[in-house]
Amino acid sequence: MEIIKNIPLFTIVLSLFSGVLCFMLKGKAAKRYTVCYEGVLIILVSLVLYYTLRTRSSFTYVMGEFPAPWGNEIRAGVLEALIALAFLIIMFSSVIGGYRFILTDMDESKVNLYYTLVNLMTAALMALVWTNDIFTGYVFLEILTLTSCGILIVREIGRTTLAAVRYMILNLLGSGLFLLGVVLLYDLTGHLLMVPMQQTITELARDPKIVPVLTMAIGIITIGLCIKSGLFPFHFWMPDTYGWASPTSAAILSSLVSKAYIFLLIKIYYRVVGSWVMQAMPIRDILFVLGIGGIIIGSVQAMHANNLNRMVAFSSAAQVGYIFMGLGLGGHYGYTAAIFHILAHAVTKSMLFLTTPRLAAVSDESLLFSNLQGSGLRDRHAGIFFTVGALSMIGIPVFAGFSSKIQFGIAAISTHSDWRMIIVMLALAVSSMLNALYFIRFIIRIYTQKDENDRTVPMGRKSVPSYLVSMGLLTAGNLMLGLFSGVIVNLIRQGLGMFG
Amino acid sequence: MKNKFLRWLDGDVDLMEHVLDTAEVPDHTRDEIKTREEEEEKLLIERYRELGQKSFYTVYHVVAIISCVLLIGVLLFTVARLPEYGHENPRTVEVVSRYVEKGLEETGAINIVSGMILDYRAFDTLGESHVLFTALICVMILLRIDKKNMRTDYEDYYTIKQDAYFDTSQDTIMRKVGMVLMPCIFLFGIYVLLNGQNSPGGGFSGGAIMGAALILFTASFGFEKVDEFFTLKLSVVITFVSLAFYSFAKGYVFFTGANGLENGIPKGIPGAILSGGLILPLDIAVGLVVACTMFGFYSLFKRGSIGGA
Repeated sequence: MEIIKNIPLFTIVLSLFSGVLCFMLKGKAAKRYTVCYEGVLIILVSLVLYYTLRTRSSFTYVMGEFPAPWGNEIRAGVLEALIALAFLIIMFSSVIGGYRFILTDMDESKVNLYYTLVNLMTAALMALVWTNDIFTGYVFLEILTLTSCGILIVREIGRTTLAAVRYMILNLLGSGLFLLGVVLLYDLTGHLLMVPMQQTITELARDPKIVPVLTMAIGIITIGLCIKSGLFPFHFWMPDTYGWASPTSAAILSSLVSKAYIFLLIKIYYRVVGSWVMQAMPIRDILFVLGIGGIIIGSVQAMHANNLNRMVAFSSAAQVGYIFMGLGLGGHYGYTAAIFHILAHAVTKSMLFLTTPRLAAVSDESLLFSNLQGSGLRDRHAGIFFTVGALSMIGIPVFAGFSSKIQFGIAAISTHSDWRMIIVMLALAVSSMLNALYFIRFIIRIYTQKDENDRTVPMGRKSVPSYLVSMGLLTAGNLMLGLFSGVIVNLIRQGLGMFG
Repeated sequence: MKNKFLRWLDGDVDLMEHVLDTAEVPDHTRDEIKTREEEEEKLLIERYRELGQKSFYTVYHVVAIISCVLLIGVLLFTVARLPEYGHENPRTVEVVSRYVEKGLEETGAINIVSGMILDYRAFDTLGESHVLFTALICVMILLRIDKKNMRTDYEDYYTIKQDAYFDTSQDTIMRKVGMVLMPCIFLFGIYVLLNGQNSPGGGFSGGAIMGAALILFTASFGFEKVDEFFTLKLSVVITFVSLAFYSFAKGYVFFTGANGLENGIPKGIPGAILSGGLILPLDIAVGLVVACTMFGFYSLFKRGSIGGA
């Protein structure tokens, strides 16, 4: 057995260990250690991606001496490796780009605890991506929930705590529903590993007495994960959570945590339920409708917001809507578009959330629109990177957002029903227009000076190299998704082919 | 009067969010917060009245009740349609029967539950043991006193008086009973911890009992006595060593198992203390972490620090 096959296990165990180690270290050392080990993980996971591409097959890894239906298992294919790699790169960029913000938001004696949580979160993300067992999924989902609440409360001001409490309650509701669904599925099938579970479910789906129960179980799981990832109408926690979190946390929460839940859902649809059974269920149509609703409502609410972070957060709700619209379209093309958009949105959103606090820093620490006038001129780096992110969100060619909208268009054309195609096209057109409206109004605002001689507000600090590296990485990722979308789409298709 | 579009462009749109946005609770003294909160509350109430929020809350309650009743109904409907208990097809009992029939032989543990969670499905438990640790970290971030969240104004007359009222460590009955009970509870915790592979119990329950004993000790003799031997540093070291040992031991077993190597861990004679392979050391590790965490929670909630640091 090749040594590369051990890497998925290694990423999880090393991340858990790193979390515990950072508990021992001092703040600065913890940050340095976290950066180093995440760099190592990125290299290792790219090796896995290379290996799965070369062998053109996926592999399962038995956790311990007991094989498939009895012991735990993890699995790695092209798709898992790709998503894990993207998550790690974004985590890496958020950590190195957000260090300054952590220092201002937290007391120095607690900084190491932040990195402890970040490392445990990395472990949970890796486990959710690699897992081949639905209950392992639940356990690490719990760790993800707890750590995300933890990195949210670090700011210790009233509004953040309030937002964190609300976020925690909704997340626990989501976890509870997910667990209920898993229990129902276990009761029906007697298995927890994905492969035997799917075989049993395929058999059971022929029995008309069982079908309603099966639909319920999968429906509950879907609702749970929708609440956690913020699909309309469960998106009301988003603006408060992202708006009041420490910038690094907002970047991580919006681009990684909510996406990990969606990836788990895709995994369950493909590997537990199976596309054949899934086709027959009404869940797809509901997701489609809610996705479209999220796109429109999220964009409209973003237009009404007059606080920058809230606007970006509402636009997140719209983007989650896109992803679920892809799942609702179904089929290979729909899922490809959804997964592509997971990557595109993750890259873009983390960038936006890491630039907004710098714009606020040169505008009297205020995120209100009226105060942000000309902030792009006062802090040029932040202005440029914000513009890149905003253009990508709108869907200007060259950037990632454009390619993902094309993918949704392709998915819509390749469905067999005409009305779906029309609705998707309309939604894409309307939401692109709305996106352009609210982002361009903001870009104009940050690049226009109210009064040429107004020099009362200080210029921005110089960017530290680590911030530029982080933003450079994210911009490069954005451009890569935009310019070489064909390569990525190809990878996703291959991965989905191995998935089923 | 500018037209509506221009006003929107300037960010002057004035909906509910505006009030909520500026309603930031600053890091000031209590009185300042209080007056500010009162002002904001008034402002909010006015706003709510303007926008007819009262009717919103009526609707909110009605919708909440309806959705709860619906959820209950749907879940009951589902449970009623589940296959009957005992009516099993061979596929669904495949996993369970192996756990029950071969559990003792394959894991060396009489307590099948221990065998399942620490051997068959050890990966899940590896995650589960870190859940508690994560919770401890969250509580530490929130409650450990530092320069940012220290409130000097809490040291007023009433707080001190209240603290003295609730301080049980001066109570003679508490001290005497604690002196008798504490060693027994601690010993029982160790017993439960060490016999996890042979009887109901194990790391989580044993650790919880040990943690409870420590808490009882603190309640009857005060934090000063505990600080003499249980410091933050000790707690950090215990947690680190236990969890690191857990990760590496299990990582080793996963690695050897997946690569088809012998792991060389003896199973021992079932029923003896030293049996069940790795189950006993893992139980001890988990138990220590749980005990530290339980006491850590108590200490953080009670005075905002572990071990006085």
